[in-house]
Amino acid sequence: MTAVHAWRCLVGVLIREALRFVQQRERFVAALVRPLVWLIIFTAGFRAALGVSIIEPYQTYIPYEVYIVPGLIGMVQLFNGMQSSLSMVYDREMGSMRTLLVSPLPRWYLLICKLLAGTLVSVLQVYTFLLIAGLFGITMPASGYFWVLPALVVCGLMLGVFAMLLSSVIKQLENFAGIMNFVIFPMFFLSSALYPLWKMRESSDLLYRISAANPFTHGVELIRFALYGRFNGDAAIFTVAALAVFLALAIYAYDPARGMMSRKGGPGG
Amino acid sequence: MNAGTDNAVALEVVDLAFSYGAKPALEDVSFAVSPGEFKVLLGPNGAGKTTLFSLITRLYDSRQGRITVEGWDLRGHTRRALANMGVVFQLPTLDLDLSVRQNLLYHAALHGMDRARALERIEVELGRLGMAERKHEKTRRLNGGHRRRVEIARALLHEPHLLLLDEPTVGLDVPTRRDIVEHVHRLARDDGIAVLWATHLIDEISDDDSVIVLHEGRIRADGGVAEVSAAAGASDVGGAFDRLTGGPS
Repeated sequence: MTAVHAWRCLVGVLIREALRFVQQRERFVAALVRPLVWLIIFTAGFRAALGVSIIEPYQTYIPYEVYIVPGLIGMVQLFNGMQSSLSMVYDREMGSMRTLLVSPLPRWYLLICKLLAGTLVSVLQVYTFLLIAGLFGITMPASGYFWVLPALVVCGLMLGVFAMLLSSVIKQLENFAGIMNFVIFPMFFLSSALYPLWKMRESSDLLYRISAANPFTHGVELIRFALYGRFNGDAAIFTVAALAVFLALAIYAYDPARGMMSRKGGPGG
Repeated sequence: MNAGTDNAVALEVVDLAFSYGAKPALEDVSFAVSPGEFKVLLGPNGAGKTTLFSLITRLYDSRQGRITVEGWDLRGHTRRALANMGVVFQLPTLDLDLSVRQNLLYHAALHGMDRARALERIEVELGRLGMAERKHEKTRRLNGGHRRRVEIARALLHEPHLLLLDEPTVGLDVPTRRDIVEHVHRLARDDGIAVLWATHLIDEISDDDSVIVLHEGRIRADGGVAEVSAAAGASDVGGAFDRLTGGPS
């Protein structure tokens, strides 16, 4: 693999994903409407039920809609990751993943290109979401919009690679509904996205422990701190470690010599 | 052989075997395709054709047997082997949201081609298939035959010496099928490209093609059309196919 070839491949995959992003407007709108419904409707009803005391990184009492923004950013990235996972299952069924995988480049590199492209799209979605949230008066410190970028990249990669791993295990598109119920919702609700973990601990120590071990929680906390110009070291370590583990497993799963692909039953013909 | 020196054989498959769990899909598969040869891989549905294609393109890996492309061992020199290969899969693989040109540029990028060269090659390959005028159209707007042509143009963009096509005419009308079959025959004859064409349609075979009959994962015959027909005791390749695969007599 020459550096020039690798670079052209990366640019090609990024351009393709960006073009698809621009041309699939419904996908873009859906990606924004989902968190905005939560931000505007859910928080209106939930605000009264949940008092958020002063916790880091906040320095004062904050309204619930401010608390929930990092969680909703995580939601945007989680759904985008799952969407690209869906597109990979779909791609593989429809065959265009094959086009990528028979390219004369190492497979791990091709998967990383695909992953970076998905993360790029999720970062674009998040900034659009933050812009609209800003129009509703929900703003962060100005520098937070800059510092959140690396956190978005790390969290987006972690969730993207998690989804990629899932896509290697899902055989049929229909199973994706099951993934929504058994993976996305538990991952989202068993996290600090909607409520601080100490609230969770008050009701169930077990659920608290599960939530504290959930990589999504750490991704959300990394984003939450970054939005206030703070670096959450524990969350960063946990998120990067989860990224590394998921990536190793995904590369393994997509390796033709060892992985899941060839064990999952043959094609016709 | 893994040094990439044997240009007399474009594709060589030796003693290949593969199974899905305990279920064998291919056993003792050996054959070769030479430059300029149009080799038809003939087999009924479920014969193992797509599995064989998945192994040759290294979507799957088999520890039993060996595959070399222009002398490059597929397992040891995967990228060199893949760089010499153009593939048209059975299922459509174009991105329907992108234009013809965007689809082809994406493929060129995956093969490390620079943009100027890619644009030049796109003009040449689309032009040969009468599709140059439609390069800015969204592929979603093309009919099945035109999409297939774009896929063939795409497979040739990086000038491979070996072209693999897995049932490329499925679902196409007769005139379109004939055009595509003729075009790929010309590629073999005029450009010296080695072609492996999987199909279950007898009428896609020309008299000077060579044929492999694959049935239940094993090669039942391999040779020229006349040779295979004679060996099976049939008057034509259709009769030979029926006899070798237990089809209608």
